[in-house]
Amino acid sequence: MSAITLSEQERHRLRRAHPEVFHRRPWQRWGGLLLVAGALGYLIYCWSFFDIGTKLGQGKWERAGIYMADWVSWEAQPRFRFQPDGSIAIEHQRFSPLGENPDPDWMTVLPDGRKQVTFGSADDRIEIATTDVVAVLDGVAYDIVFDGDAAVLPEDAPATMTEKNGRVTVSFGFAGSAEIRSTQVLVRRRFLGWENFWFDTTSPFWGMGLPAVWSSVTSSERIDPAQSNLSLAWNEFLTNSEWQHGDVFNKLAQTIVMAFVGTLFAALLAFPLAFIAARNVTNSKPANWMTKRLFDFTRSVDMLIWALVFTRGFGPGPLAGIAAIFVTDTGTFGKLYSEAIENIDDKQREGIRSVGASTVEVNRFGIVPQIAPVVISQTLYFWEANIRGATIIGAVGAGGIGLKLLEAMRTNQDWENVAYMVLLILCVVFVFDTISSALRSRLIGKSH
Amino acid sequence: MADISQTQAMTAATQTIHRHYQRLLATRRLYSLLALAGVLVVLVFALLFANDASSGKFIERLPYLFDFIKNFVPDDPFEIVRAMFDLPSPYADGSFKYDYEVGRHYLFGTGLYAPEYFYEMLVTLNIAFASTLIGGLFAFLFCFLAASNLGVARPLRWGIRRLLELMRAFPEIVLAGMMAAVLSLGPIAAIFAVSVHTVGALGKMFFEVVENADMKPDDGLRAVGANWFERVRFAIVPQVMPNFVSYFLLRTEINVRASTIIGAVGGGGIGEVFRQSIGRDHAAKTYAIVILLFLTIVAIDQLSGWLRRRLVGNAAFQFGA
Repeated sequence: MSAITLSEQERHRLRRAHPEVFHRRPWQRWGGLLLVAGALGYLIYCWSFFDIGTKLGQGKWERAGIYMADWVSWEAQPRFRFQPDGSIAIEHQRFSPLGENPDPDWMTVLPDGRKQVTFGSADDRIEIATTDVVAVLDGVAYDIVFDGDAAVLPEDAPATMTEKNGRVTVSFGFAGSAEIRSTQVLVRRRFLGWENFWFDTTSPFWGMGLPAVWSSVTSSERIDPAQSNLSLAWNEFLTNSEWQHGDVFNKLAQTIVMAFVGTLFAALLAFPLAFIAARNVTNSKPANWMTKRLFDFTRSVDMLIWALVFTRGFGPGPLAGIAAIFVTDTGTFGKLYSEAIENIDDKQREGIRSVGASTVEVNRFGIVPQIAPVVISQTLYFWEANIRGATIIGAVGAGGIGLKLLEAMRTNQDWENVAYMVLLILCVVFVFDTISSALRSRLIGKSH
Repeated sequence: MADISQTQAMTAATQTIHRHYQRLLATRRLYSLLALAGVLVVLVFALLFANDASSGKFIERLPYLFDFIKNFVPDDPFEIVRAMFDLPSPYADGSFKYDYEVGRHYLFGTGLYAPEYFYEMLVTLNIAFASTLIGGLFAFLFCFLAASNLGVARPLRWGIRRLLELMRAFPEIVLAGMMAAVLSLGPIAAIFAVSVHTVGALGKMFFEVVENADMKPDDGLRAVGANWFERVRFAIVPQVMPNFVSYFLLRTEINVRASTIIGAVGGGGIGEVFRQSIGRDHAAKTYAIVILLFLTIVAIDQLSGWLRRRLVGNAAFQFGA
């Protein structure tokens, strides 16, 4: 491209002809920069207001990894206790995911009586005896002996073996770790996946693979004489004590019901009220004003306040959530619908009125077809949004899956249950997004 | 309205058309009726289900429904003012119900103080504004990569869009809970949760605005050899900025509400004190908070509405959540 050369005269002419380009006001020139600087200053103020630096420093970041790993994996924690008579007793944690009498293939007894635990591969293992513990890391063996009450770290130990207060910890990365003391060895063995997802350890179906469950469901021999195997399996699945599928499904259904019923009732009440609020339909200033202020009030008193008020009124449960969504969204819909009515093209109403239609007919055929796209698309939009919103107001007691999520997170033990519920919620949100956009394009065409 | 068929003799052809029209109309009405019946059935089942799942059944509870409002009468109207401004109460009996002065936040070691609920309101507002700013910033960075008209590689665009969807749909309460597990409950968890959701929600609205931008300035800049950043900066940004700011302000309104709610489940701020006071039947405190919250939300909505009207006129008054 050739460069354009301008003569001095040309430059003058351009400057004079377009003063708004070459002589901009200070606000136009620096306003954007000032806004950015203001925003930055505000964020710095917030940093000190919330004391974020200190709190980030105090955070238990080393646990964050474990919590994240808990989303998709589980841990068995057998304890090898040294008995006075020289034998080793194996204890499992209460409600162990391994069941009552576990005999997993990663725990074996060697010919010489040592207990062996493997961590993923044969090259990563520990061999436990009451006199010493041999840790094998990547095929290299390290002997950990006891000196009185303390376990002694070998001289040539790699960085993955550490000693603290007479306890030696051997880390095998994701596969787990072993804490070696003079009286016991605590093994943490981590596995990818969700343990006992289908059936818990007390179920007759526990430990069966899918084909085994299928063949038992289809066989006529009943495990429980009172019911068929299929219904037994279904009950056992729903009452799984660890995953509580039945309760989770129930709470999820409550959330969906809250959003559906609350939004539907809000739309049904707001629709006629919007005609009263619209000044081009109802020719009465006080009536317009009163309805509009009513909308403003129910909309501006937060959904949280309504949720807590109705939780006190109805007691905890989805009815409180329905009422909260209904009241808040009546205000929102009322405002949206009445604005839509006030913005219609008046010619259609005139036309219908001129052929002698009654007031109801004028509104039915003169207004409703014009506002229908707005009404339908906004209602569907808020239906979607309320499914998400119902999750969180549920957490304050208004019913649904929110409270269950909150409880699962409180203990910091059940992150896999949180992951399961989040996955279900994401699926529900996705499904309803799809339904609502399908409905939208079917009812009002693709353009909206 | 007079029926045309009575006044005009119909030919065989128009009669056929008329019959077809009537049949189509009947089918249509039947479908509408069926859909309506379906919705009604679902609604009845949903209501029965909700009633069963609630701890208090609706019909049995109805007569007592507003009993709690009767219990919620403050000792005298000035109690609300005293609770709001942390003034000593004449009813003080050492219980938490009347301990208004305890919550004062003294400033600079002097006798001046910020009343508790004003301070908590400030916490909630700071959560809302900070997370809108952070979320808005990331949404701004992402939206140009997610728009289909700026020639961004398809896989990158697809990835960014899915990321935005995930951020939008991920339950805020879990985001807050994840942060709270590491940092303990508090405003940082709330800021994190609301920010992430804001990136998703604003990002989607932003890239839709970018996709609707006029591409002629872009063509012009491309013709004089501008690179991608220059084209975005000088052709797209000036066009979309008013709408961006409008959506940003709308988001601020929504986030004030969101941070109140997330405060109630452990994020701190006015939501938390509200949940406590309503749970313990502290009437005066509850009314003070409700009034304060209501006035703040109305003020913010009005201010942002006024700003938006100045920026883009009445056109950009759509809602979003």
